[in-house]
Amino acid sequence: MTQQEALFQYTLRLGDTSLIHAQRLSEWCSNGPILEEDLALTNFALDFIGRSQVLLTYAGALEGKGRTDDMLAYRRNERQYFNCLLAELPNGDFGVTMVRLLFLAAFEKELFTALQNSEDETLAALAKKTLKEVRYHLEHAADWVIRLGNGTEESHARVQKAVNELWMFTGDMFDMDETDKLLIAADIAVDLSTIKTKWDNYISGVLEAANLQQPTSSYMQSGSKNAIHTEYLGHLLGEMQYLQLAYPYAKW
Amino acid sequence: MNDTTTINAKEEALLARFEEKVQNGDAIEPRDWMPEKYRKHLIRQISQHAHSEVIGMQPEGNWVTRAPSLRAKQILLAKIQDEGGHGLYLYSACETLGISREEMIEQLQSGKAKYSNIFNYQTLNWADIGAVGWLVDGAAIVNQVSLQRTSYAPYSRAMVRICKEESFHQRQGYEIMAEMAKGTPEQSEMAQDALNRWWWPSLMMFGPHDGDSPRSADAFRWKIKRQTNDELRQKFIDKTVQQAEVIGLTIPDPDLKWNEEKQCYDYGKINWEEFNQVINGNGPCNKQRIDHHKRVHTEGAWVREAAEAYRLKTQNN
Amino acid sequence: MSKDTQFDSWEVFMQSRPGANFIHQGSVHASDKKMAIQNARDTYSRRGEGTSIWVVPSNAIAASTTEDADMLFDPANDKIFRLPTFYTMPEGAKHI
Repeated sequence: MTQQEALFQYTLRLGDTSLIHAQRLSEWCSNGPILEEDLALTNFALDFIGRSQVLLTYAGALEGKGRTDDMLAYRRNERQYFNCLLAELPNGDFGVTMVRLLFLAAFEKELFTALQNSEDETLAALAKKTLKEVRYHLEHAADWVIRLGNGTEESHARVQKAVNELWMFTGDMFDMDETDKLLIAADIAVDLSTIKTKWDNYISGVLEAANLQQPTSSYMQSGSKNAIHTEYLGHLLGEMQYLQLAYPYAKW
Repeated sequence: MNDTTTINAKEEALLARFEEKVQNGDAIEPRDWMPEKYRKHLIRQISQHAHSEVIGMQPEGNWVTRAPSLRAKQILLAKIQDEGGHGLYLYSACETLGISREEMIEQLQSGKAKYSNIFNYQTLNWADIGAVGWLVDGAAIVNQVSLQRTSYAPYSRAMVRICKEESFHQRQGYEIMAEMAKGTPEQSEMAQDALNRWWWPSLMMFGPHDGDSPRSADAFRWKIKRQTNDELRQKFIDKTVQQAEVIGLTIPDPDLKWNEEKQCYDYGKINWEEFNQVINGNGPCNKQRIDHHKRVHTEGAWVREAAEAYRLKTQNN
Repeated sequence: MSKDTQFDSWEVFMQSRPGANFIHQGSVHASDKKMAIQNARDTYSRRGEGTSIWVVPSNAIAASTTEDADMLFDPANDKIFRLPTFYTMPEGAKHI
């Protein structure tokens, strides 16, 4: 694997996570618990789509085969997608969506903070810009998890269940392979083991403030770095790619 | 002189003052005195307008997850989000008349309050998203531009903001239609099909013909409404026909033709029987739209209760 | 089921650039201050307008009526000495 190939792969992972998370959040459109929150969730989805466009366009350029952001988004199958598992999980109730956003945004905050110093200028610039939106996502998610955890008996039970069920998918975000190692050596990628402790600390803080128990189980799902996904992703893609696949010669 | 006549005399003076203000073109603010009928008329109209924005998120939301490109997805989401925002502005404007958002939602779900009939139609292919933007938003804009000068100030302020933000909505719809009309044969077929299905319902959006429109008189005298249904409908037709021609689509009305003398288009007969059926609950999506709204409202209840409980516990907020 | 809540109403004021006046934008619903600021941001700066936000509970706003306008504002109309153009400056004086 050349450095260029590794960078393509690395960029694709970041782009895919953004895109798939955007797709999930966009499912909330007209389904929010209150109109104001509907608008907020849509804003986040828009942030993630914008980010995925930049990343997938860059990935296409790195690959050098003329693939655009749309071709990468709409013409790959589930064994060619590298988003982290957490992003593709179904929205569940509002508690599940907020806990998922909390886990992911807390990860992204550390990731993009470190990535600002990347030797790759494009990723460094993107990280700097992205960090602003990530901080907002994180605050919004943390505030809601704290409200729900301390709210009613029902909300506490629901959000605790969400934490328990999503927990085993968090490890996958931190998995690293040859791609990471090669790029870490070149000061391009972030060594995810260095941000794991920060993530742990931050999350424990929020869970404590939310009066929620941190799961003790340490068994984690993994697979996304090898494009091994949950069954949910195939359906998500089937819906997202429907028009492009049904009318392969059409331009939209 | 007994008490009742005193009150009546006072009331009449207030009414005269109010009518004079409206005739002078002065705006009415929430704390100003207003006749009960004016307040009621506004509540009905503004809440219906707000509900239309919110229910209107559904037929477009139907295609968010299936938008055929990242750009298309982004634009559609932003547009639907705007509709939600506009619903919110309008709910706020309506609240200044002394009705709560809770009550308005209750009235929507019980069927007491209406929303625009157009959203009881279905979006069946991607070109429908184009047609909704081009025709439905196009028709709405004609109406809304006129409402910017409505006499009730909070409504007028909301409309000014809405018109400013909506200017891109019609363009995005028309762009989709134009792209599809010149695309593959399948795409242009979808575009024509969408136009065929949305044209007549769009014309119905302006409401019954002037002679058949109840409640119009008060609305005009109080300058809530500034132009008649037929005037607005004609305006919409006149600007849309040329747009269809440019992109090579055919408006599904064999009677449509330019009237040189009147300098506007003559158009065919609108099927008011269908209009009445849909208003009375027999449209393809009436039940679906309200069921969706109720489901979301019920599913979100625990979240709203939790936030309120949290506020009460923390109070220092 | 308990009674529905759509949260309290808050009035939103936004500043378009640093140092500018805060201008009323409209209102949002929220259950607490922080949510009100976030909702105001997501509702009224969807197009990136604004550098800073104030939110105030709607029920804390006191308003005069237009009926009071004569009483409140007309008396100021004849105090033109408050306006800079009321004064005659000597020919040639600068920076005043």
